[in-house]
Amino acid sequence: MKALCWHGKKDIRYDTVPDPKIEEPRDAIIKMTSCAICGSDLHLFGGFMPGMESGDIIGHEFMGEVVEVGKDNKKLKVGDRVVVPFTICCGDCEQCRRGNWSVCERSNRNKDIADKLFGHTTAGMYGYTHLTGGYPGGQAEYVRVPFADVTPVKIPDGLTDEQVLFLGDIFPTGWQAAVQCDIQPDDTVAIWGAGPVGQFAIRSALLLGAKQVIAIDRVPERLSMAKAGGAIPINFDDESVLDRLQELTAGKGPEKCIDAVGMEAHATRSLDSMVDRAKQTVMLETDRPHVLREMIYVCRPAGTLSIPGVYGGLIDKVPFGALMNKGLTVRTGQTHVNRWTDDLLQRIADGQIDPSFVITHTVALEDGPGMYETFRDKKDGCIKVVLKP
Amino acid sequence: MTRTPFPTSGSDTTLRSAAKGLGAFSIALGVTELLAPRTVARMTGVHGRDALIRAYGLREIVNGIGLLASKDPRPWLWGRVAGDALDMSTLIAGSRGARSNGAGAAMWTAAAIGMLDVACALLPEGRTAAPVDYSDRVGLALPPEQMRGAASDFEVPDDMRPPAALRAYAVP
Repeated sequence: MKALCWHGKKDIRYDTVPDPKIEEPRDAIIKMTSCAICGSDLHLFGGFMPGMESGDIIGHEFMGEVVEVGKDNKKLKVGDRVVVPFTICCGDCEQCRRGNWSVCERSNRNKDIADKLFGHTTAGMYGYTHLTGGYPGGQAEYVRVPFADVTPVKIPDGLTDEQVLFLGDIFPTGWQAAVQCDIQPDDTVAIWGAGPVGQFAIRSALLLGAKQVIAIDRVPERLSMAKAGGAIPINFDDESVLDRLQELTAGKGPEKCIDAVGMEAHATRSLDSMVDRAKQTVMLETDRPHVLREMIYVCRPAGTLSIPGVYGGLIDKVPFGALMNKGLTVRTGQTHVNRWTDDLLQRIADGQIDPSFVITHTVALEDGPGMYETFRDKKDGCIKVVLKP
Repeated sequence: MTRTPFPTSGSDTTLRSAAKGLGAFSIALGVTELLAPRTVARMTGVHGRDALIRAYGLREIVNGIGLLASKDPRPWLWGRVAGDALDMSTLIAGSRGARSNGAGAAMWTAAAIGMLDVACALLPEGRTAAPVDYSDRVGLALPPEQMRGAASDFEVPDDMRPPAALRAYAVP
């Protein structure tokens, strides 16, 4: 079959690889109908995530048709149309039973490495380094889905791929980012990063009743889409984020702050960003935490920081004193996708939200390597890429 | 997709701002090295190399002008990075048997400036094309104002709520 494979920093290729096979009785094989490039795939593309090996199949946002099931899989049957969440979950461990799907204790087959790096393992993931199991990803014609009787979401007839594809990651991720803010009717929610996750966080915060939603970015297309979704845009290249947030909140600061940027905050004219970039270059720091610093500083005391943005390692000069003294609540983690999928699927079916609004580019899988660069550089108005195998 | 004359901004602005600042710094440092090589020698611990310091000053001035005047400042930024490496090796050589305590401080300063130069040189490419207008990408059933709170029936799980003592303050 054909698949997009990682061969090193900025080196993604459209390769011929062996077809996946059923390995365990609960597995299923999915024939892809649509997949997407996620912002967190760019961390792999940029070489920021350790644990990749040349030839790894990447991609963790995908959906398709079941073409084969293992003998013990009672949930799926051949012909089912499913969206597959990006986390691999056993469904049986203590964390899965509690609904903490993204920290499944059993699905990471390289648990020992994760234990050493993070103290405890987290869930396995598709196409996202050998630290999370080294599972082949979904930017391919076919994929093997382990524990396929647990997480795949069956899609009813009448909904298009474009409407439901993002149930596997970015829609629940934006939703969880807003949900864990416990939004109150008088809240201002400030969202750093108006990429795909930020866009869903904006609409989720609005649906959940925030009085005011503010989107911070510098890419005109993203800010245009954010405004369309009901957010007040702040272009951090044109105005001071701190001053503008103070102005919009009568000097009190936003009650809820969401970091939808993560480890690759782009260098701005602020000194801390430049120093972060320089330190990252000489390997004195792995991630660039400009957004975290800004959120901690500007958030209203006793407020909440919600962090769906991906961080990978070590950060420096984070004002923990301000965080502690202001009594901020920090909520973070990979998304517990299956907590939200039933509810969100219903909202899509009801027409409350149509996630296809975020798609700006649809191309064939073989054109995927070039689209990584387009997506990274935000060229041609690129916000979200869907690939068709 | 429709195209509208959105204001262009982004990394290109940042790159040019950085180049401008570093260009001015280069020229200031270059003039100092050219006119007062002995003062610079005293501060850095590189003694008896006045001609070399003046040459470095000239290099800084040329680089600074390049940064301020060039349409594409990136090659000049990398020029600064190469100059930083040269400065550092000269400081290391000069620090052997140095009589000044300034050598260490000078090396730290040069290293910091070097990191800043690398960071600026690595700033991403700026935008060239006209931005795309996505003002029609609402994604909701109705205009946003009419959708505010449409999902307020959703019950936040207990384990995702902030501590009770911190929750109530936001509600009037």
